Amino acid sequence: MNKDASTTGEQFRITQDQLQKLLDVLRDQGYETVGPTVREGVITYDQIDGVEDLPIGWTDEQEPGKYRLKKRSDKALFGYVVGPHSWKKFVYPPRQLLWRMHRDNGTQKLEEPSEDYPRYAFFGVRSCEIQALAVQDKVFMGSDYRDRYYALRRKDNLIIAVNCVEPGGTCFCASMDTGPKARKAFDLALTEIVEKDQHYFLIESGSDIGTDILSELKSDPATDKQIARADELLEKAARNMGRQLDTTDIKDLLYRNAENRHWEQVAKRCLSCSNCTMVCPTCFCSTVEDTTDLTGTSAERVRRWDSCFTLEFSYIHGGAVRPSEHTRYRHWITHKLASWQDQFGTSGCVGCGRCITWCPVGIDITEEIKSLQDSESLTSDEAKAKE
Amino acid sequence: MANASEILQPEALSNEMLPRLYTVNKLYKDTHDTFTMELVPADGGPSMSFLPGQFNMLYVFGVGEVPISISGDPDRAIPLVHTLREVGSVTSALRTLKAGDTVGVRGPYGTAWPVDQAVGHDLVLLAGGIGLAPLRPVLYSILFRRRKYGKVVLLFGTRSPGDILYKKELQKWRSRFDLDIHITVDRAIRPWRGNVGVVTSLIPRASFDPMHTTAMICGPEIMMRFSIMELTKRGVPEDHIWVSMERNMKCGCGFCGHCQCGPLFVCKDGPVFVYPRIKDLMNKYEI
Repeated sequence: MNKDASTTGEQFRITQDQLQKLLDVLRDQGYETVGPTVREGVITYDQIDGVEDLPIGWTDEQEPGKYRLKKRSDKALFGYVVGPHSWKKFVYPPRQLLWRMHRDNGTQKLEEPSEDYPRYAFFGVRSCEIQALAVQDKVFMGSDYRDRYYALRRKDNLIIAVNCVEPGGTCFCASMDTGPKARKAFDLALTEIVEKDQHYFLIESGSDIGTDILSELKSDPATDKQIARADELLEKAARNMGRQLDTTDIKDLLYRNAENRHWEQVAKRCLSCSNCTMVCPTCFCSTVEDTTDLTGTSAERVRRWDSCFTLEFSYIHGGAVRPSEHTRYRHWITHKLASWQDQFGTSGCVGCGRCITWCPVGIDITEEIKSLQDSESLTSDEAKAKE
Repeated sequence: MANASEILQPEALSNEMLPRLYTVNKLYKDTHDTFTMELVPADGGPSMSFLPGQFNMLYVFGVGEVPISISGDPDRAIPLVHTLREVGSVTSALRTLKAGDTVGVRGPYGTAWPVDQAVGHDLVLLAGGIGLAPLRPVLYSILFRRRKYGKVVLLFGTRSPGDILYKKELQKWRSRFDLDIHITVDRAIRPWRGNVGVVTSLIPRASFDPMHTTAMICGPEIMMRFSIMELTKRGVPEDHIWVSMERNMKCGCGFCGHCQCGPLFVCKDGPVFVYPRIKDLMNKYEI
């Protein structure tokens, strides 16, 4: 590798065997490498040891309420978008032991869980998901309170990004300004280019650690033509999003329409199943479970993911604050797209499309916003007609 | 790395989820379904300092944790006092504790009543039922520096004469000339000779100077909404009215999401809010 590699932002060209080398280097450096892999009919994130663990030659078809894996005609390594799981499960796991308490002869003692968390290298992180991690960082580490469990798991993450050249059917990162190209907060970023006669990757470093790792790989500076080709693919991807969301005035739109009758229409379709919140890479709500062992001498407190779609979520003495389905859906979408901005200075939606794909009845966040927008323009048209 | 490089070193990172152990010093019944717990730190160290209106998360071994307002005197840190109503599994388990038993305590959390901003003002405290508990620290606090305030009025509404919380203390306070206390009940039979009706019916007769009054309200949301209507009718400016909100809470520090009321986290942006901050939300359906 030549000396220029110390500069971040510069593009290099590598071949597939160097990706294997990259994984080896990461594991030699003590990282646990996790990345996309096929499991039970979906592409999920799990431990990967080699390039062969990646979903080579697979793609995913995604539409509202629909997800199917399909064989591609080529051997692309990253020829799909995001599956039901996000990186959230590694930094904010579905179940986290908070502590144990032991009692003995009337005295009680607290025991904290082991903090020996793995050092993860996230391999194949999409741009929308980098943004999702940044959003969760704000939730768990951005206020006066910091969540120790999250912070310790998140601390040493290495991010190997993959730029999306083929958006999925429910993707709308271009609308949310979160993709398809990773712009920041990665250590290394890859762009996969599959042509008839060649298959290679452009790689750029986004950090000193990334630059060090890159220096261990055999690479050539990317030619202008190769860079232009990657840019062209990414621009095309941005134009070909499966979904679009007009975010103009979206916060006030939702606040203004808290009592729009449209919510009742959504509620007729919504099953309150909480799938959307489980697949969302930014949803952070949790509850706790308290248990004791059979002898009653040890107790445990576990934090687990929760969903604002359940009735118990808002329960206070006397009943739930949001007993109606339509107010629960309204709460979720308003939080995601509006109140999140007031709380954390960023949208809670990164445009990954998971909530659309994994909704069993295919409720589409972009369509629901469009309905609200339409209902407003209708009202103003009607108002004009009356004048 | 990648954004996370700014994370504090583990040593500097406290763990909000860990309770501190306290020992039950005293536990006594207030009414048929309410009780007060007095706690002291199990390790014998200093207790927490808190502001009137703040709450703690109280944990019972193996059963669970509940958010409970501190009802004691903020100028006397030990014992740490909470008054609870027995309504669910955790509060029922707490009820069965005896002196010497241990509870876990996290806190104090949340915002406080505007005791300092209200200096020089008349004070109207409106409490509904157990809503008197989070307001009691305000009474302690202002009685300690009574001369700094104008008239002090407590309007307390509860279900029946048997549900009157802090009966002895209220009787003692009623005998003071510098406190104006009115109590009303929803229903009563003889020998009750006091007021019957909703707490808002006491507002028109209470004596205070509306333009220079700070009002603090704690009770069911419907009671708070109607109290605000009556207060504004008398001319109390909206930004002199404060309310304490109740929501489901699992963490107390803005992580669990349960307490959201619109963009507000009731646990850390509240529970005490100045009315204009929460006005729109209080008037929306199932927010």
